[in-house]
Amino acid sequence: MAIEVHNVSKSFGTFTALDDVCIRVADGALTALLGPSGSGKSTLLRIIAGLESPDTGVVTIGGNDVTGVPARSRGVGFVFQHYAPFKHMTVAGNIGFGLSVRRRPRAEIQARVKELLALVRLEGLAGRYPSQLSGGQLQRMALARALAVQPEVLLLDEPFGALDAQVRSELREWLRRLHDEIHVTTIFVTHDQEEAMELARQIVVMNEGRIEQAGTPRELYESPRNEFVMTFIGPVNRLGDALMRPHDIQILAEAGPDTTEALVHRIVHLGFEVRVELTLPDGRQIWAQQTRESAQELELAEGQILAVRLPELREFAA
Amino acid sequence: MRRLSAGAWRARGGSALGRGLLGIYLSALVLLPVSAVLAKSTTGGASAFWREISNPEAVAAIKLTLVVSAIVVVTNAVFGTLIAWVLVRDEFPGKRIVNALIDLPFALPTIVAGVVLLALYGKGSPMGINVAFTRASIALALLFVTLPFVVRSVQPVLHELDVSMEEAAASLGAGPATILRRIVLPSLTPAIISGVALSFARAVGEFGSLVLITGNLPFKTEVGSVYVFGQIESDNLPGAAAVSIVLLLAALAVLAALSVLSRWRSGHVV
Repeated sequence: MAIEVHNVSKSFGTFTALDDVCIRVADGALTALLGPSGSGKSTLLRIIAGLESPDTGVVTIGGNDVTGVPARSRGVGFVFQHYAPFKHMTVAGNIGFGLSVRRRPRAEIQARVKELLALVRLEGLAGRYPSQLSGGQLQRMALARALAVQPEVLLLDEPFGALDAQVRSELREWLRRLHDEIHVTTIFVTHDQEEAMELARQIVVMNEGRIEQAGTPRELYESPRNEFVMTFIGPVNRLGDALMRPHDIQILAEAGPDTTEALVHRIVHLGFEVRVELTLPDGRQIWAQQTRESAQELELAEGQILAVRLPELREFAA
Repeated sequence: MRRLSAGAWRARGGSALGRGLLGIYLSALVLLPVSAVLAKSTTGGASAFWREISNPEAVAAIKLTLVVSAIVVVTNAVFGTLIAWVLVRDEFPGKRIVNALIDLPFALPTIVAGVVLLALYGKGSPMGINVAFTRASIALALLFVTLPFVVRSVQPVLHELDVSMEEAAASLGAGPATILRRIVLPSLTPAIISGVALSFARAVGEFGSLVLITGNLPFKTEVGSVYVFGQIESDNLPGAAAVSIVLLLAALAVLAALSVLSRWRSGHVV
């Protein structure tokens, strides 16, 4: 189901969480709401779910105005940041909760729970209690619980925020494949631009309660509409008011007409990527991204003076 | 002399010292007095003990104590939870004052509570309610002195209860009544049970607030503790001790049963 948010504003006391926000999410899409903390992304997600009501504006799901519809009647699956497990119920009890609330026959609930346990790879843990599960397992249980009632929309609030790095990347990959399988319209909130770019086909960048830009990861990276988007998505160097991407800085073996001198003051090896920290003749510092190969070819060493070609600088109107 | 690491200290001496202190402290305060009561109650042998506790007046007093205490703790479970709910989830002017009021029954000498209750709900009551010297007066006094237990045990648990659990249930289609019944109450059950257990123990032993308002009519409003006091007054120490032991065992049995129930309900909740 497509989701549309029209001119939604929301304040908590004197704090404006959302300021006239509009977004449109296509049916079956996987969309990220990306922004720093306090940007309003979680509030927007909660408004779509019906867990908060907007001060003004309209939310539609599948073309129907659901602004006044309570959360329990919206058909929205929600996965909470800390999973909100029902601690006094088993894994099976948690997953079957939505169905048992709907008074489905016991046999049907059991069959559906079994199916979901397989989907989220928690077979054999049906009788465990949440306190006996790891973070990644809780996350998958929360997802299965939300999916059990076959929601038209799946909303995830910082779904990987509380997990360690390895589990996080595994789950990301898994969620992406799951979305390919079940095609439920999905929106997730994250403050991690890499996570957003890796998972989502569409990213909505938010800041201070407003939408800065919405588009595909590539659009946002290559043609950011403003300075916030450029600095939030991908690495940048700042020279005065101008910005440039570190991988656009060329390091050359020989000086040319459009090059400038720079002193290598530090080299950081990050595997495939080599980060070269440079000091320009006027004392300003920038860093350039090189591949391992090119760094080897250039025989880069700390303290060396070499030639760099700076890219066309990008400036945004303030 | 060898120096011990912190771990070795804990393993060898530290915990033994702690256990020793605990043993001495508990012995002096609890174990010795209880043993003395037990010894006193059995000075005449088993048959004397049996005679004392099967005395019809004693039986009536014990029965009355247990029945009224049971009614009181059930009432406490309901109203204590409600009060805790309002204090945690609602915002209203004067909330802090109301919150402080809850502990008043703890601070007030129970005999004063008895006097106040008698003045308010006794003969010539300004409220037009006279329960003095009736069984209702026992319940009233016990409700007053045990009010804080359930409130104070439920309050912190409710405060810590993750609201997102209720939101998750709502997003899964549960209405408010279902959320209360299937999510909130099960999470509070261990706290309610522990408040109930404390209330019960307190109610069984309560004396001060009851001695004035109930009138101490044998077979009608005389509770266990007052009966015990009467036996002491008439120099029947073994009789007083025997009934005390029965009350003690009853309270202990209820505490144990509730603790088992609580562990069974929440063995998996950490």
